Amino acid sequence: MIQENIQLDQHGRLKHMLTLEGLKRQMIIDILDTAESFTSVAGQTVKKVPLLRGKTIVNLFFEDSTRTLTTFELAAKRLSADVLKVNVRTSATSKGESLLDMLRNLEAMHCDMFVVRHAESGAAHFIASHVAPHICVINAGDGRHAHPTQALLDMFTIRKHKGEFAPLTVAIVGDIMHSRVARSQIHALTTLGVNEVRVVAPKSLIPTAVNTLGVHVYHDLEEGIRDADVVIMLRLQNERMQGASLPSEHEYFQRYGLIPEKMAAAKPDAIVMHPGPINRGVEMSSEVADGPQSVILEQVSNGIAVRMAVMSMVLGHSSQGATSQ
Amino acid sequence: MTLLIKNGRVVDPANEIDAIQDVYVVDGKIAAMGSSPPAGFNARQVIDATGQVVCPGIVDLCARLREPGYEHKGNIKTETSAAARAGVTTLCCPPDTNPVIDTPAVIEHIQQHAQAIGKAKVVVLGALTQGLQSQQLSEMHALKNAGCVGVSNVSQAVNTNIMRRAMEYAASANLTIFIDANDAALSADGCAHEGIVSVRLGLPGIPETAETIAVARELQLIQLTGARCHFYHLSSARAVQMVARAQYDGLPITANVTAHHLFLTEMDIGYFNSQCNVRPPLRTQRDMEGLRNGLRQGSISAICSDHQPHDIDAKLAPFPSSEPGISAIESLLPLTLRLVDSGYLTLSDAIATLTHKPATILGLETGRLDSGRAADICIFDPDEYWEYSEQQIVSFGKNSPFIGWEFKGVVTHTLLDGKLVYQSKQTAN
Repeated sequence: MIQENIQLDQHGRLKHMLTLEGLKRQMIIDILDTAESFTSVAGQTVKKVPLLRGKTIVNLFFEDSTRTLTTFELAAKRLSADVLKVNVRTSATSKGESLLDMLRNLEAMHCDMFVVRHAESGAAHFIASHVAPHICVINAGDGRHAHPTQALLDMFTIRKHKGEFAPLTVAIVGDIMHSRVARSQIHALTTLGVNEVRVVAPKSLIPTAVNTLGVHVYHDLEEGIRDADVVIMLRLQNERMQGASLPSEHEYFQRYGLIPEKMAAAKPDAIVMHPGPINRGVEMSSEVADGPQSVILEQVSNGIAVRMAVMSMVLGHSSQGATSQ
Repeated sequence: MTLLIKNGRVVDPANEIDAIQDVYVVDGKIAAMGSSPPAGFNARQVIDATGQVVCPGIVDLCARLREPGYEHKGNIKTETSAAARAGVTTLCCPPDTNPVIDTPAVIEHIQQHAQAIGKAKVVVLGALTQGLQSQQLSEMHALKNAGCVGVSNVSQAVNTNIMRRAMEYAASANLTIFIDANDAALSADGCAHEGIVSVRLGLPGIPETAETIAVARELQLIQLTGARCHFYHLSSARAVQMVARAQYDGLPITANVTAHHLFLTEMDIGYFNSQCNVRPPLRTQRDMEGLRNGLRQGSISAICSDHQPHDIDAKLAPFPSSEPGISAIESLLPLTLRLVDSGYLTLSDAIATLTHKPATILGLETGRLDSGRAADICIFDPDEYWEYSEQQIVSFGKNSPFIGWEFKGVVTHTLLDGKLVYQSKQTAN
């Protein structure tokens, strides 16, 4: 029997944040609005709101991460929660303890939320369906499946610059096949009703049946970003060269690297995004990464507000916003 | 010892019988069928099969007993008890035990143990290569003399040259090779059909071509070597077409499907339901229809369970690292009967795919009710509705995506050599 989407509770409210697939447009907009209300917190002298005071949040990262881990930690601290980081590489799972045994132990320490990153698709769903009912799970990236908070902060950034979603053409360039970020962005963009979502890459980096997600496929960079309002570049992992997906970084940059001359095909006011970390000279040149159209660093700071919004909403304080200070 | 099975609808496809008849059993063998008992017959035991179907015991082409080597997932006792409950009287165990079935000693261990328990007849496939290591051929003649009914390398890839030599050697030993058609390089770390679900869930995919390329290679080698081969559990419509075409061209090949590939598709994975993690993967609706058509048109001649009981922990992991396989022997008959209910097969054809046809593939003379043969018989109530639940499953493995399904048709009696090895609670009172 098909399992229900477990991230919503019986009243349709967010219980976990596992994927953007299946969320209503209004819910995504609510998250973005809540994030908006949190942006002011960073500017205050006391960068804290007491929304999650007394709550314990565990960052459970089975994969390395700098940006995501740090911004989740900052977001939790600005919400006044206690944050615990479990370094899983050195912890018990590497000594043969099962994932479930480890969760049981953390539950026994009365935690309220797990922020999970894991190398396998479906790991966050698995954890959410097996934790004690009072625990919320936030997916901070599972395999190739989803990275919902990254996509939300991207939407937040797009909205800040472009206002409305409906008229936009968005091109996502790079390793679509292995990218959880791309999948979550596609769900977000199609739910928010943008005019057109494109994916741009050689066939060897485009998954079979990707058109069923509602995107248009391009194999040429300039064609793919022509008249686009937003160009999202994805990170290229070095492993792809071993898996015969690509011959070399050099050739990739020649064909798909974003340089100012190619960027000219997009709309003059187009913005350039990247989830980081950037491989300069592979996905894009420094002129573009540091250029006037780049909003890459803004994405990082927006990440904190968006993650504050998601954390506070799943822990049930969405209505209060940041106004209680 | 005499037994009378009275007034049941006897369905014996091998002898083209489908009629209300009595079955007379003497000393573990079928003495006669019809309305007149053999001379001097005096029933010590009577089973009233009014309203029930009486058919040959089911022959399951592929069921793992997990013994030796994986007793935390099941053993010969638990799994042959599950077989008896399922109406299965003969099952074939593939060689991926630990130790691998590549010596007569392992075969003897399994068969003696199964005989001592006496719940089902167990036949085995020998390993095609020693240790399933795909390097050196196993001693096929010795395995055959010890009783193996065929050889297989199961899911372990074999390079083209070794496969060619193995086919030549098996052909000389007059052994059927059972082939798991899968191009290992293409399926690599995949865990779901490469298509609309794998792209959505970000699951590494197993493309349809992983199966069709392997089928194409083996068909070429069969043409070259003349080896008799059986394709285990095909999963794609295109592979079925290729096999049908090759059969038409006269190649000595047969094929089967699993019951679950006839009822589930990639969509059933839903949000990472690890009970649907199987190899080959569940494919598309079109593939499922293709498998059903292959069954109806005869290019696929048998349905098997591909029974793989697991311990609970095996499925308690994120989808890609959960262990593939379904504890399936007890859903084999009820699922096959669904094909009858939905008009895909006649009852007689459905029973044929579970009895004498798989028996023929294994080179066995079982799966039929001629007089003089062992009285391996399954009796089931074709109209009884029941819900498939964990509590109902006799197998050690409770891992099934069919939990919660409503089935029609339930086994009431299973006879092995004329002895009752299973009787349902309702009929026992």
